[in-house]
Amino acid sequence: MAKILAVDDSASMRGMVAFTLRGAGHDVTEAENGQLAVDSAKGSKYDLVLADVNMPVMDGITMVKELRAMPEYKGVPILMLTTESHTDRKMEGKAAGATGWLVKPFDPEQLLATVKRVLG
Amino acid sequence: MSTVSLSQFHQTFFEESREGLDAMEAALLALDEGGDTELVHTIFRAAHSIKGGSATFGFPDMAAFTHEAESLLDELRDGRRAIDASIIELLLRSVDCLRGMFERAQSGAPLADAQSEQLRQELAASIGRHAPVTQAAKAAAAPAVDAWRIRFRPHAGMLMGGNDPVRMLRELSELGALNVQADADKLPPLAALDPSESHLGWIIELRGKASKAVIAGVFDWVEDECDLSIEAIEEPVAASPVAEAAAVAPVASVAPTAARATRESASESSSVRVGIDKIDGLIDLVGELVITQSMLDTFREGFDSNRIEALQAGLAQLARHTRSLQESVMGIRMLPIASVFNRFPRMVRDLSQKLGKQVKLDLVGEQTELDKTVLEKIGDPLVHLVRNAIDHGLETPDRRRAAGKGDVGTLRLEASHRGGSIVVEISDDGAGLNRDAIVNKALQRGLIASGDALSDEEVAELIFQPGFSTAAQTTDLSGRGVGMDVVRRNVVDLGGSVAIRSTQGKGSVFTITLPLTLAIIDGLTAMVGAEHYIVPLGSIVESVQLRKEQLRTVTGGGELFHFRDAWLPVIRLQDAFHCGGTRADIERGLVVVVEGEGSRVGLFVDELIGQQQAVVKSLEAHYRRVQGVSGATILADGSVALIVDIAGLVRMQGRRKAA
Repeated sequence: MAKILAVDDSASMRGMVAFTLRGAGHDVTEAENGQLAVDSAKGSKYDLVLADVNMPVMDGITMVKELRAMPEYKGVPILMLTTESHTDRKMEGKAAGATGWLVKPFDPEQLLATVKRVLG
Repeated sequence: MSTVSLSQFHQTFFEESREGLDAMEAALLALDEGGDTELVHTIFRAAHSIKGGSATFGFPDMAAFTHEAESLLDELRDGRRAIDASIIELLLRSVDCLRGMFERAQSGAPLADAQSEQLRQELAASIGRHAPVTQAAKAAAAPAVDAWRIRFRPHAGMLMGGNDPVRMLRELSELGALNVQADADKLPPLAALDPSESHLGWIIELRGKASKAVIAGVFDWVEDECDLSIEAIEEPVAASPVAEAAAVAPVASVAPTAARATRESASESSSVRVGIDKIDGLIDLVGELVITQSMLDTFREGFDSNRIEALQAGLAQLARHTRSLQESVMGIRMLPIASVFNRFPRMVRDLSQKLGKQVKLDLVGEQTELDKTVLEKIGDPLVHLVRNAIDHGLETPDRRRAAGKGDVGTLRLEASHRGGSIVVEISDDGAGLNRDAIVNKALQRGLIASGDALSDEEVAELIFQPGFSTAAQTTDLSGRGVGMDVVRRNVVDLGGSVAIRSTQGKGSVFTITLPLTLAIIDGLTAMVGAEHYIVPLGSIVESVQLRKEQLRTVTGGGELFHFRDAWLPVIRLQDAFHCGGTRADIERGLVVVVEGEGSRVGLFVDELIGQQQAVVKSLEAHYRRVQGVSGATILADGSVALIVDIAGLVRMQGRRKAA
């Protein structure tokens, strides 16, 4: 059971991610964009952050930079949910400090497998 | 863990995608007007979300389609391609096409059709490539080898990115037997050791049938944060007793969901998204109510007359809270009219282009809220009026110039609250109603005997007459009014009204007044025999006490009474509803003059009790449809009163006359 922050501007995607992870016993907090995620991360310590790349207000890549600038988020796994198989976007996420990525579309099983990978 | 059913998220996905498409359309139109590149980002994000969602929730056709649109948008976003009118046009058509796909998705029909396929090819062609006809050709799996040597040395900062070497070692151990040697050569003395950096490297021998791609996949996220080599170990192959199939296959691609097969009826289960502040307000009110209730509870024991004032104060408080609670609960179903207004920019653009007119659309008061039920029904009448304004009201640029106006006509939609109603005004600065044309047409159709004595208001009213014009008519001189009777009927069915102000040469203003909600009506309570009836206040002209000489009986048993220079039919509610009124003598009861379906009638009742707000309950849901009755309400004493449907009664009366 881990504390996970799910960040996506799409309510249906966010709902699917949160529902799947809660079903596996995790404690999930949802955020609609990068800015809200950063605000939420300031208030509590998450074990894992899952974030979409394209979001209004603050995109996922900027969000990773902001989180990595916070001492308590150094080393916390942050995964980008991306449909963009362009390596440059992945690399941009990596350069910003993301741990890895999960390529959309994924199904609940793939999501759980990946989360398990990261949380050990 | 069992498979999570994704169908529960479909409704949310459909709703947000619809909003996304609306946002795309609005942004495309704004781009067309010369907006900035931030708009492209908005459009891209919407397309991107739809693509991701449709792939996730099992709509591959939609994902394939949006993929092409997204690629095109990506090029626009990166500035690799200039935005021009033809691209905007193509993307607008894509929005339409996607809307069609969503409609089919909700009814469970196949999403792609010849048209969407053609448009997808067109999108693909626009970015200079051919659309793949099938999604994702699977790469042939590389042959698996029995043994691998992996040299892995993370760069110092790898841990900071949240990647732990232990995780990778664990994953490798799932692929086969490991023999791991740590390489601590670069480990600094303890005093200089920074625990947040990686200092170790590993040489790992993996024995198991795994392909190089699968092993590399383990290090996928850290490929530029470590030194990595993966090589096959050449060794004499020990004959394995059982040749297994490849131990690890790449993750199977997502099977199409069974949603299509086991689709629940795709009925429009409608939902409303409610702002959290509204919910908070409700919770506060309920809290207040509970406090009031416990205060009133103290009166149950040992009540004496000197506490009567306190009781009255308590009851007054209860009434206040109940009213506030009622308003707040109604507010939950209140949505901004923006969702209806949003369809107009596109419509106005397309229609004015088609007719060779230049129109500037002003939308005012988009945040005005009204009940969802009203909102859903007001769209069509508004569309009708907007069409009319562009079609018949606004002139072509040369005509405008001839009339001394600027080339560009203005069409303005304004929503606002006035008292307990919402008012939507559709105004244009076009030619206004053409009095002569209207009078001539009314004469032709035999609606009037002569047009001389008609005031401007009366002429304007003519366009609402059924049969005033036929939809097939498209003469540019038509004085407006394609099916305006239908518009009025739709609005009146909602308990509203339509009015016109027009000045020839200057333009017209159509004003639609609507109730804020259909759930509560203001009514007048009337008694007929022992029964209560509610007459909707909005339809009442006035109540009169008749004298015998105002009454005429016509052949066939109908009665007419004289009211303001006209003879109106009397409907005796006791006969219409067979409820045994006590006053057969018309002079002793009251006649309520009401208007419905564009004609006036008098309802004969025993007496009027007074005005009250009635919470409308559906009769159909609890019993069945009853002619002349639009619903029911529960009175303070717990008894049921029927709400009179004026339009229905007028129709009943017409049939009786015809019979």
